[in-house]
Amino acid sequence: MFRQSTRKILFLAAGALFLLLLPPVAKLVGEPYFISLFSRILIYALAAVSLDLILGYGGMVSLGHAAFFGIGAYVVSIFAFHGFEGSPIISWPFTLHGQTSGLVAWPAAILACALLAAIIGALSLRTSGMHFIMITLAFAQMLYYFFVSLEAYGGDDGLSLFSRNTLPGLDLGDDTHFYYLCLALLFTFLFIAWRLVHSRFGMVIRGSRENEKRMQALGFPTFRYKLVCFIIAGAAAGLAGALIANQTEYVSPGLMHWTRSGEILIMVLLGGMGTLFGPVLGAATFLLLEEVLAIYTEHWMFYLGPFLIVVVLFAKHGIYGIIAGREEKHG
Amino acid sequence: MAEILLRAQDLSKSFGAVQACRNLSLDIATGEIHALIGPNGAGKTTLLNQLSGDLMPDSGHIFFNGKEISRLPLHKRAHLGLSRAYQITSIFPHLSVEENLLLAIQAHSGHSFRFWKNAATDPQLQAQLIPALEQVGLAERAGERAGSLSHGEKRQLEVGMALACKPKLLLLDEPMAGMGPGGTVELSKLILKLKEHVTILLVEHDMNAIFALADRITVLVYGEAIATGTPEQIRSDPAVRQAYLGDEVQ
Repeated sequence: MFRQSTRKILFLAAGALFLLLLPPVAKLVGEPYFISLFSRILIYALAAVSLDLILGYGGMVSLGHAAFFGIGAYVVSIFAFHGFEGSPIISWPFTLHGQTSGLVAWPAAILACALLAAIIGALSLRTSGMHFIMITLAFAQMLYYFFVSLEAYGGDDGLSLFSRNTLPGLDLGDDTHFYYLCLALLFTFLFIAWRLVHSRFGMVIRGSRENEKRMQALGFPTFRYKLVCFIIAGAAAGLAGALIANQTEYVSPGLMHWTRSGEILIMVLLGGMGTLFGPVLGAATFLLLEEVLAIYTEHWMFYLGPFLIVVVLFAKHGIYGIIAGREEKHG
Repeated sequence: MAEILLRAQDLSKSFGAVQACRNLSLDIATGEIHALIGPNGAGKTTLLNQLSGDLMPDSGHIFFNGKEISRLPLHKRAHLGLSRAYQITSIFPHLSVEENLLLAIQAHSGHSFRFWKNAATDPQLQAQLIPALEQVGLAERAGERAGSLSHGEKRQLEVGMALACKPKLLLLDEPMAGMGPGGTVELSKLILKLKEHVTILLVEHDMNAIFALADRITVLVYGEAIATGTPEQIRSDPAVRQAYLGDEVQ
C-alpha cells in the first residue's frame, strides 16, 4: 500500500517536473517545435480530463464532448474577429462588441459552454446508456453542421485569427508564455477536479455511476447532481477550446466533429478512465503517436487501433494504471 | 390498534395483460413488523416497488405519516423516512464498505452540492459512521471493497445503508434470500433489534422466520390481499391454507 502510493507520487512529481522543464530544455537542444507540440498536448489533456470527470467518475458516456471544445474555440474566434474589425457581434437587444482580450473572451467561452452544457445535459441526461451516447452525438453533429453552414464565420473553411488573445503581463504570441499558461490552467483544473471527486458532490457522482437507482432510494435527486457535473465538464472543455483556438490561430467546424469527440474519448480510455492524471498521459500518448506515425504514413490510425485495443484489453485503468500500480482506483 | 404509519388504498398496477396488483389495500401500524407473504408471482415485489417509489401505481393512493405520497419520486420518499433494502443486493461494489455507509449518511445530512471539502474526513459524516458500522456488525470490514464481502455481509451492509437513512419505515425485500441457517439466525436477531427503532415491512420466503418475527401478516395471491392478521389467525385461516400455505405450516 505504502509502496504503491510512493510510486504514484514519484510518477506524478516526475511528470510535473518534465512539463515544467520542457520549454528551456527544448530551446537548449534547438527543438523549439516541442513547445508548441506540448502546448497542444496540454490543451487536449484539459479536454480529456474534463471528459473523464463525466465518463470515468459519472459513468456518462458522452460522444459529443467536442461540441464544447469547438464552441469554446468559436466564441473566442468570433470575439476576436469582431474585435479586429471593430464591429459588434450582435446589436440587438443589446450591443455586444468584439474583444481581443483573453480576460473577456475566455470567460465568455466558458460561460457559453456552461450554458450549452446545461441545455444539452438537461435533455440528454433524461436517458442513459446507448440513448445518452446517441443524443450527445446528435447535439454535437447538429452544432457541427450549423457552423459548416455559417458563412459569416467562414463556414466549412473555418475562421483564421489575426493574432492570439491578449492577457495583461503575458505575451501569448510567445510560445513559451503560452505553454506555461496552458500548463498552469491544466494544473489548476486537475487540482479542482481532484478536490471535486473526493468531495460530497464527488461521492454522489461516483455512487450514481455504480447504481443510480440505489442512490435515488437513499434519497439523492441524482439528476441534478449529474447535470451540474456535466456543466462543469462542458465549461472546462470550453476553456480548452478557447486555448486551442489561440494555439492554432484558426478554428473550423472540424473541431466539433464527432471524430474529434471520439479522439478525446480514446485519450481518456488510453490513459485510464476514472483516474484524473490518466487522461493527461492519454492525450500525450495519442498526440505523440500521431506525430510520429504521421511521418511514415497518413493511415496512422491503422496502427493506433491495435495499440488501443491492447491497452483497453489488458489494462483496466489504462497506461496510468500500469505505471501507478494495478490496484489504483479513482485518482 | 396503534397509529397507522402507512396506508395503501386500492392500489392497482398492470404490466400489459398481467395485473400484478389489484385493488390492494394495506395498513401498517407504527412499531410493528408487518410481513408480506404469497406464492411466487403474487406481486409482493410489485407492491414494494410502488410503496418505495420505484414504480408508480396505475391507480390508488398511498399515505405515509398522514401525507399522500402516491406520486412522489423515490428520493423524496426517502427523505420522508421511507427506506428500502433491496432483494437483489444493491450496494456500490467498487466503493469501500465505509463509503457505502457514508453515502447513505450523506443523503440525509443536507444537500451534497459541496464541492471542496473531502467527504471521507468530514466530521459531520464521520460521527455517524462508527455507530452505523457497529449496528450491522461490519466495523472490522470498514476499509474493504464492498464487492469483496461475503453474501451475508453484503446483506448486512444493505440493511445498514437502509438504516443509515434513519427511516420511519423500513422495507425489507427478502433479506434472508440465499443465506445459510446461521446467517438467517443472525439476521433475525438484527431485525428484532431494529424493531425497537423502526417499523418494518418484511417480504420473506422463510416461513419459520416470518412466523417468529411478524406481528401481523398479509397474504397476497395474484395481486390481491386475501387476508391480514396475526400469525395465529393466518395459520388457521382456511382461505390462506388452501391458496398458499398448504402443508408448509402445521
